[in-house]
Amino acid sequence: MTVVAEGRPGGAPAAEGAPLLQLRGISKSFGAVQALVHVDLDVPAGQVTALVGDNGAGKSTLIKTISGIWAPTSGEIRWCGEPVSIRSPREADDLGIATVYQDLALCDNLDIVQNMYLGHEILSKRLLDENRMELTAKQTLADLSVTTVQSVRQPVGSLSGGQRQSVAVARAVMRDAKLVIMDEPTAALGVSQTAQVLDLIKRLAERGIAVIVISHNLSDVFAVADRLAVLYLGRLVDSGPITDYDTQRAVELITTGAANGNGAPTNGRGHHPGTGE
Amino acid sequence: MASVDTPTPSEPVTGAVADGEVPLEVAASAPVLATTLGGYLRAWLKRMRSGESGVLPVVGGLIILTVIFQTQSSVFLSAGNITNLLIQGSTFVVLGMAEVWLLVLGEIDLSVGYVSAIGAAITAIMIGPPHPLPLWFAMPVGVVVTGAVGALWGTLVIRLRLPSFVVTLAGLLGGEGVLIWLVNGNGTGGTIRIENNVFLDLTSGNLSLAAGWIVTIAAVVVFGGLIFLRDRSRRRSGLVAAPLVVTLAKIVGLAAAGVALVLVCNTNRGELVTLQGIPYAVVIVIALVVLTSFMLDRTRFGRYLYAIGANAEAARRSGVSLGWNRLWAFVLTGVTAGIGGMLYAARLGSVSNNVDGGTLVLYAVAAAVIGGASLFGGRGKMVHALLGGIVIATIYNGMGLIGLAADYQYMITALVLLAAVTVDALARRGRTTS
Repeated sequence: MTVVAEGRPGGAPAAEGAPLLQLRGISKSFGAVQALVHVDLDVPAGQVTALVGDNGAGKSTLIKTISGIWAPTSGEIRWCGEPVSIRSPREADDLGIATVYQDLALCDNLDIVQNMYLGHEILSKRLLDENRMELTAKQTLADLSVTTVQSVRQPVGSLSGGQRQSVAVARAVMRDAKLVIMDEPTAALGVSQTAQVLDLIKRLAERGIAVIVISHNLSDVFAVADRLAVLYLGRLVDSGPITDYDTQRAVELITTGAANGNGAPTNGRGHHPGTGE
Repeated sequence: MASVDTPTPSEPVTGAVADGEVPLEVAASAPVLATTLGGYLRAWLKRMRSGESGVLPVVGGLIILTVIFQTQSSVFLSAGNITNLLIQGSTFVVLGMAEVWLLVLGEIDLSVGYVSAIGAAITAIMIGPPHPLPLWFAMPVGVVVTGAVGALWGTLVIRLRLPSFVVTLAGLLGGEGVLIWLVNGNGTGGTIRIENNVFLDLTSGNLSLAAGWIVTIAAVVVFGGLIFLRDRSRRRSGLVAAPLVVTLAKIVGLAAAGVALVLVCNTNRGELVTLQGIPYAVVIVIALVVLTSFMLDRTRFGRYLYAIGANAEAARRSGVSLGWNRLWAFVLTGVTAGIGGMLYAARLGSVSNNVDGGTLVLYAVAAAVIGGASLFGGRGKMVHALLGGIVIATIYNGMGLIGLAADYQYMITALVLLAAVTVDALARRGRTTS
């Protein structure tokens, strides 16, 4: 499969260099509420990092910090090894960070091509160049093996949940994203559509794109993730390759913040020492 | 829905799909392209069933109304009456087009009736005695004023986040006051007379017989050619396109409509003097529909209006400026309303202080909605206002012919509007459950 956007070879991330995204000592407080406490996380290119945790654990706060919705109270974000500050969604977009929110942000009355290019339309002589947009959109969907849509000219409102998710992801890929953040991509999807979306996530990683997936569904997480990161009450209590975990351990970490059920959430197990400060 | 899902997810949830499967999958479900007539018709039928009925209901309604009126009054389908109907309808059509800019956004402007009359009054004052100014100056001034009023409403709605319904309701009340003030201060006996023949010719002047043919043939050749070239290039690039038969049918339909228009309008409809030719008003309305449709369909601005109307938050996250695009829509509503006001004043030959701007605006909104625009935003085309405006003019004209007065006109228009909204609501339901 050829890569449309940049011709990056799939599955060959810069494994030797610094991870694509590094979070060091990220904290975020809203008044007295500590939403994130000193979070350290590495997100390597070409891998799927699953971000799990119970409600209120800080998953959404963390991805909003990465995608520029709000700035962290303290801590450092490194992009390709360089410290960066991401102050707005536009700046995140410029770096190559695309966020696919749960609501997908699609316009139901516009067709697939129009949605994929919304805000980034190709013009020729100041008019919309529909033919070029349609060709590129089709190619991107084909590269991602999104083959279930009948026509790229059908309104997005007529698509199934999985197809809508695919369109939202294809839009991010077409804009040359290096990191795609997906918030609960399989929530509210049926069995076959979930499989379709998980497939798509794997293909993103094969193309060398870093993917962060937030999910409550552990079977999805184990099906698709290369790495796991567990948040508990705003702290990153553990992270590592998915092979280090099984469902039981993950559940314990999510519900108690520690493995082996000894109920000590702040014992720093798995916390990367010697970083940041 | 299930029919278009992935055919065989071999291992439903946890399964990893091997690379080797991918090309196979692509080959198995090649995209269904409607390149044949049958495929095109099937896709069209499917769209209809899922609520994208397009202009079919309004065209059907128009045919029914025509049959009813023609059986009641044999004059209805005479060339003279059809031409008269088109001139009457021009105001409703253009004011309806003014509403379309905002309906697409999910906003509304209740002031277009009075604002358009104010623009016409200003132009009428400028071209009248004692110091008549040239028309080429006075008409743009009137339209700029109505555009500025639109900008004012837009600023209030966008900056202060006031509902457009309320802001323009104030505009409806205040506009009537301003109109009375303008007319009483500058006219005589409650009206400003218009003596300028060029202005009056907007609705009473006609193209010569030859000019009618030339303009129509040129328009058919140009637009038919554009349709043909566009569809051909899309077919060749493997893009979603209509099959050749459909393209040719469109062009034949366009040509037939053009020829019918010329034949009807070129028939002598005068009794004492010869009166024939396509009215300028018809040419102006068609040109305006083409221009504004082009802006909505082919420019980034138009695309953004539809996006904002459907999902403002999605548009904002995609980097679309909500404020500027909405402001321009309000300005264009004002400008279009100004042009509608000129046609209205030209037909009446004066601007009166008892213009019923309230009824005008309701007809304008009704025209757009009857034609197929949605009050909820995200859907509406200029051609909807054209068709809806013709429906309203048909009722207005037909009722007059068979001797039914305003009471019946209003009641029948109300029924047609309800029918149109019902069709819209049923279509919407069809779409959400599909």
